[in-house]
Amino acid sequence: MSLEKDLDYGTPESLCQELISLEIDGHQVVVPEGTSIMRAAKQLGTSIPKLCATDSLEAFGSCRLCLVEIEGRRGTPASCTTPVEAGMIVHTQTQKLAKLRKGVMELYISDHPLDCLTCSANGDCELQDMAGTVGLRDVRYGYQGDNHLNATRDNSNPYFSFDPSKCIVCSRCVRACDEVQGTFALTISKRGFESHVSAGIEDSFLDSECVSCGACVQACPTATLMEKTVIEHGVPEHSIETTCAYCGVGCTFNAEMKGDQVVRMVPAKSGKANEGHACVKGRFAWGYASHKERILKPMLRSSIDDPWREVSWEEAIQFTAKKFRELQQEYGRKAIGGISSSRATNEEVFVVQKLVRAAFENNNIDTCARVCHSPTGFGLNKTLGTSAGTQDFISVESADVILLIGANPTDAHPVFASRMKKRLREGAQIIVVDPRRIDLVESPHIKAAAHLAILPGTNVALINAFAHIIVEEDLVDWDYVNHRCDKDLFENWLAFIKREQNSPSYVAKVLGVEAETLRKAARLYARAERAAIYYGLGVTAHS
Amino acid sequence: MTKIYLPRETTTLSLGVEELISAIEHEAAARGIAIQILRNGSRGAAWLEPLLEIDFNGKRLGYGPVTASQIQSLFEADFLNAGEHELKLGEISDIPWFKQQQRLTFSRCGEIESLSIDEYKKHGGFRGLSAALKSSSKDIINIILDSGLRGRGGAAFPAGIKWQTVADADADSKYIVCNADEGDSGTFSDRLLMEGDSYCLIEGMIIAGIAVGAEHGFIYLRSEYPLTKIILEEALIKARAAGYLGNTIQDSIHNFDIHLHIGAGAYICGEETSLLESLEGKRGQIRFKPPLPALKGLHGKPTVVNNVITLASVPVILAKGAEYYANFGRGKSLGTMPFQLSGNVKHGGLVEISFGLTLREVIENFAGGTYTGKAIGAVQVGGPLGAYFSGKQLDTPLDYESFSAAGGMLGHGGIVVFDDGVDYLEQARFAMEFCSVESCGKCTPCRIGSVRGVEVITRIRTAENQSERSEQYDLLEDLCETMEDASLCAMGGLTPMPVRSAVKLHQLLTERTDETMRPTNES
Ligand SMILES: Cc1cc2nc3c(=O)[nH]c(=O)nc-3n(C[C@H](O)[C@H](O)[C@H](O)COP(=O)(O)O)c2cc1C
Ligand code: SF4
Ligand code: SF4
Ligand code: SF4
Ligand code: SF4
Ligand code: FES
Repeated sequence: MSLEKDLDYGTPESLCQELISLEIDGHQVVVPEGTSIMRAAKQLGTSIPKLCATDSLEAFGSCRLCLVEIEGRRGTPASCTTPVEAGMIVHTQTQKLAKLRKGVMELYISDHPLDCLTCSANGDCELQDMAGTVGLRDVRYGYQGDNHLNATRDNSNPYFSFDPSKCIVCSRCVRACDEVQGTFALTISKRGFESHVSAGIEDSFLDSECVSCGACVQACPTATLMEKTVIEHGVPEHSIETTCAYCGVGCTFNAEMKGDQVVRMVPAKSGKANEGHACVKGRFAWGYASHKERILKPMLRSSIDDPWREVSWEEAIQFTAKKFRELQQEYGRKAIGGISSSRATNEEVFVVQKLVRAAFENNNIDTCARVCHSPTGFGLNKTLGTSAGTQDFISVESADVILLIGANPTDAHPVFASRMKKRLREGAQIIVVDPRRIDLVESPHIKAAAHLAILPGTNVALINAFAHIIVEEDLVDWDYVNHRCDKDLFENWLAFIKREQNSPSYVAKVLGVEAETLRKAARLYARAERAAIYYGLGVTAHS
Repeated sequence: MTKIYLPRETTTLSLGVEELISAIEHEAAARGIAIQILRNGSRGAAWLEPLLEIDFNGKRLGYGPVTASQIQSLFEADFLNAGEHELKLGEISDIPWFKQQQRLTFSRCGEIESLSIDEYKKHGGFRGLSAALKSSSKDIINIILDSGLRGRGGAAFPAGIKWQTVADADADSKYIVCNADEGDSGTFSDRLLMEGDSYCLIEGMIIAGIAVGAEHGFIYLRSEYPLTKIILEEALIKARAAGYLGNTIQDSIHNFDIHLHIGAGAYICGEETSLLESLEGKRGQIRFKPPLPALKGLHGKPTVVNNVITLASVPVILAKGAEYYANFGRGKSLGTMPFQLSGNVKHGGLVEISFGLTLREVIENFAGGTYTGKAIGAVQVGGPLGAYFSGKQLDTPLDYESFSAAGGMLGHGGIVVFDDGVDYLEQARFAMEFCSVESCGKCTPCRIGSVRGVEVITRIRTAENQSERSEQYDLLEDLCETMEDASLCAMGGLTPMPVRSAVKLHQLLTERTDETMRPTNES
């Protein structure tokens, strides 16, 4: 249970199939095409000094610490921005490079407060690490020159603090907000030595568009953006992997602790749902973890009129098991059951159903999701044979057209929304079906191809109209239908869907959306190479 | 009716050409003389502006520099009939400043009414385009390759290779971007060309579009050029109306249109990647390379970014052939270059000549020595990032290779002359300060280094003793090394060039003074 820090490869993984072989410091390494020299080196276990690069962000090339020498090439290119090439011979440590790196660090430190010992990032600061790595011993420029040491701190955000006097202007925060979170709340203002991080247009963090997801704080290599809890308690000493229970995304976290005290929650890169990202809830809203009203011990009472009595786990389990068995003996095997929660993880839900089936010996297990999701669960089960979604989160990265209906991911499932927005910024299109003008209709760098603001309760009519258009305009994927569908049932459905009641002109009034708008959206969806549907409670929780 | 030519051009405007025109019109009306005033561009002899020309029996006679108060005397001298006057310069082509030039790119600039398409065509305009429309993309690119044309914006990269890269790239759209940000101090060739012969640039861009398969071009124009903006806007409208821009240009299969974009007012936006960011509506911040703009440029599409002069040299190459162009110049510096003389000179302005004359020849033959009459102290060539050449280095030939061998660069062809009263250490300090003011701030060596550079040079000046001073010299040299080798772009990377060369001149001078002051034992 030591402090688990995710390895940082400096630049994102390349998904290219082609492999490239090169030599770094005398060692051969084989990596996918498109990999940076920095990442290839890390794969060999070689850490090239770096400050502006981190593998959750695209390479940027601003700190100039990661310079390398490549045989047959002029100059000293940055290893984070230079992609590998076959047969390259790279040197990451030479006298020339050592001098340049020291020269760069000397400049950094000439504009940095000298209070490492009392700094909240002491022991957890990449700038400090790099000064050590390059062997900086002296700052010949002195500390009297122009500097930013008096820049004022912004404490407006309730969860983190922004101390620009420590900022090295690496833009990792700006890029995290753009690339990972997709909120675009930050920018670098002014130019040259006056360049500085600005939330909004010189707003405070709280007044800006910031949604407190904390991606910038996580990305910051210095103490400039720092969790207030770390400022208060110091850096954590061990971590425990856990899952956020706030929403259905199910983000994986490393709870970074001091003893049994949580100091901060750091989303884990290994988490398939979140891949190192989090939202304000999971990252910062964990005050409940050690809240005084939190019930940490089991309690029993014999009747509703008695006061609660704290007991040991042993006693509580014994008592409950005994009572359950008694109920079954008196009223039969099926007299008891269990209900699990959609707040629980898949693993927890699995264990509950196992308890019910193996110990209770019946099938009386349900989940609260039944209330909200039974219509779609039923439908999916009927059509696809399973009542669950057919895609994992990562597949949104391959979607070309997204049909979003009755869901508002930026508010309800923020981490998934960030992933979806990233895909939209790459050029995928989105059709938003929602009575409300949600963020995904239009927000920075996002513009929906269509917003079908249907009247509440008309989802089914809309879906049928979509299907009607697709059938009428012969946009049906017949290959799929012929191979995968029950012929008779499909014929039945065809006859139904072709009815006049499902035509766009007929339902336009019902929906409050013009027929032509429906047609365009349906065509966009049907013609996409890879179209994906994302729905939420907006469609399922209707009676 | 006599035709009078007066430039519609920024320098001339600042010298009061509009008042001059009113005075001429007023005087002519009072005397009942019919005249026609035509607006040409400047021929680049800034020291003769406002240069008034008349068309006299098919010859162009010049009077200048003219001020409004001299109009009456000009009329009295019957200048409209080539009358004698103290301002009379004779036939333009006989004036040594023009006679000694080889004007290929600027052949029409100042000669023709700048916005007349008819005049443009009469003087050889659109012949390059006609040739291009009859050629394949490959042929056009080969002609550019064979001509030896290199980028005139600073880096001197062969234009043909850049075009080839863009032409070979596989993409649904490609762009031509004309770099008209002209930020180098002491340069004005882009502006003179755009104001005096804008169709030449337009023609060059269309040819580039045809060659690489681009349908859209952008001119990124320096925001401090308001008159150029107006002239370009008019030129684009006229070119569009005449079927040279838009769809199926000149009834060919080619579509090409040009959009004018006003720059963000920062020196760094002249650097091509920063320019592309700015053109995309973002902060003018440098992108790392690779990918090259030729493969991933504007909006991530293959893009030709060329300087105004590079593009404006294309029409004559296409019209007259690669060999014709390559016959000018020498070695790997082929063709001609518009050099721009300014600073402490008697005669400032633009001269287009073949590569190869020495710096001294250009200054002597054209600039007429220093304005102050003192000896030349140093010459900065190639803009604010170029090296200072001492009086002893004036025999360096003006071609790319000789300049780089001498530790300098030709850049965009700016030649700024200083007399021997210049304070070199101040020039070195200024180079660092310029970098600190114009740095985009992305990379550390330039963002922090340039500020420290100013401080170190200030300490060199105020050092109390030799050991303190040499400590600071060493630190400055280390800083220059860091900036040169570690900066992300040429802004920080080239700043050591003026700094080191000026410091060297300063050291030579101070050592000499130290020596003369030192008591000599020998005597
Ligand atoms: C700091 C900096 C400023 C520059 N400014 C200009 C400029 O104002 N105009 C220009 O044409 N090129 C400028 N350049 C050069 C461009 O980056 C680029 O090389 C040029 O536009 C390419 O066109 P060319 O090949 O036709 O010269 C600048 C380069 C740097 C590093
Ligand atoms: S907390 Fe999130 S939204 Fe706010 S500035 Fe940082 S990255 Fe952007
Ligand atoms: S706040 Fe942190 S991440 Fe942002 S620029 Fe400053 S040092 Fe870099
Ligand atoms: S998106 Fe937010 S609330 Fe949902 S699981 Fe992730 S961190 Fe928790
Ligand atoms: S060298 Fe200067 S201008 Fe160029 S990227 Fe670095 S900070 Fe920006
Ligand atoms: S890590 Fe490569 S330039 Fe910063």
